[in-house]
Amino acid sequence: MTRSQFIRFVAEPAVFAAALVPAGLIAWQGFHGGLGAEPIREIQLRTGWWALTFLMITLCVTPLRRIPGWNDVIKLRRMLGLFAFFYAMLHFSNYIGIDQFFAWSEITKDILKRPWITVGFVAVTLLVPLAATSNGFMIRKLGRRWGALHRLVYVSGALGVLHFLWLVKKDTREPITFAFILVGLLALRLRRRAPKSAKPRTEGATPREPATASG
Amino acid sequence: MLIKRPDEFKVSEITPEAVFLNRREFMAAGGVAAAGLAVGRLDGWTVGHEPSNRLSAQPSQQDDPQTPFQAVTTYNNFYEFGTDKSEPAKNAGTLKPRPWTVKVEGMAAKPGDYNIEDILKWFPAKEYVYRHRCVEAWSMVIPWYGFPLRDFINRFEPSPKAKFVEFTTLMDPKQMPGQRDLVLDWPYVEGLRMDEAMNPLTLFAVGIYQKPLLNQNGAPIRLVIPWKYGFKGIKSIVKVRFVETQPLNTWQLAAPSEYSFYANVNPAVDHPRWSQARERRVGEFLKRPTLPFNGFGEQVAAMYKGMDPRTLY
Repeated sequence: MTRSQFIRFVAEPAVFAAALVPAGLIAWQGFHGGLGAEPIREIQLRTGWWALTFLMITLCVTPLRRIPGWNDVIKLRRMLGLFAFFYAMLHFSNYIGIDQFFAWSEITKDILKRPWITVGFVAVTLLVPLAATSNGFMIRKLGRRWGALHRLVYVSGALGVLHFLWLVKKDTREPITFAFILVGLLALRLRRRAPKSAKPRTEGATPREPATASG
Repeated sequence: MLIKRPDEFKVSEITPEAVFLNRREFMAAGGVAAAGLAVGRLDGWTVGHEPSNRLSAQPSQQDDPQTPFQAVTTYNNFYEFGTDKSEPAKNAGTLKPRPWTVKVEGMAAKPGDYNIEDILKWFPAKEYVYRHRCVEAWSMVIPWYGFPLRDFINRFEPSPKAKFVEFTTLMDPKQMPGQRDLVLDWPYVEGLRMDEAMNPLTLFAVGIYQKPLLNQNGAPIRLVIPWKYGFKGIKSIVKVRFVETQPLNTWQLAAPSEYSFYANVNPAVDHPRWSQARERRVGEFLKRPTLPFNGFGEQVAAMYKGMDPRTLY
């Protein structure tokens, strides 16, 4: 089996199935009373946690290509990013349609008045154009601008972590762990970019990335 | 009525809710015949048969169904055993509610160390079914067993100079592993103004669902103040102190902009991060409106006359 066959017929389906496990587990436990005394809140917390986790996993792709040189992981990036979007949407819909049950005045007040909800809302909203432009047609159509647009993922990730940090009552260990991971992943990018700008456009040891691969 | 001692109680013995409800109906029927034999005694557990102790200012809510035992004993905020609400039920096995001493200190004629067994003998416990409203906007209906705090207070004869009562939870990271993490300033401290402590609604609870308090619910003795947010209900109390100045309670110390001393349930004053106008009763889908003073306004609102309700969050 060639490398690209392995990616296409083994890695991609395996990652796809694995990424559905948390959602499947939530659904299964939900139907079997396994989500505790406040299932709606539990769904809210878990979908949010997985949205952030998939964002972080997606942001691992570029460092994995640059440092150990696993170039092929790029082929999984779109799927991972879309799963981050998928869990963010579950999180958002659970809040609107189940937790608040479409109480629009309460929802509007939440989004406008409560900074942690405001940043969460912005974080989810920013993912929408990214998901919408993740297909081949839009990548080709946007060209270089595609890369610039998709840098919004950093903003969304940072706001998502801030949302988590501001949500917790007192025990900030988990959101702070996410913050460290995010800062680490962003730092890996800076470290690797610096020498490039010092020697622009050299026939480098590392092949120049296409614009679509930035991030 | 038989209440088992904690060492005889195992989680596997939890009565399924359906069986439990049937038993209640059976007992209610028997209770009519047994009227007059109101107090039973067993190994220091003195328990009154008085289901008429259901206190509520809102008749429409008087018959709110009780929250299932399973939820009340597995969904707990008790940071001494972990910050996730499922953790106390898993981790509280390390707490030893016997032997247990409650220290009475401060401005009182009879301070001293009192054994929990004596306390249980002195103050007959009765059933009180109260709504419980958490500051996080969820609520339950819980059948407590306990006695009015004022009976306890009167016995130790506080001086008229004592204006507040301060309560302290056990401090022992071996029994309470969550105390190894500095998420709060341990030990947990709470306080009440003397008139709040003397209000007949305010309880020292020692049992729940006709059993001794489970560890995760604050064994062997805890405070229940039904018109205040749940965090005022300090658990596993080892010290009661009569003082002149307002105690600094743990959550106020942790986040003064979010939690004050009073913590009266008030739908009109939002928590800075969420609305307090509605709450989700555990087990229900739609949120319901939160009532001022959690529906106990008639019995307690007078105590706060002239105070700005915005300062009572």
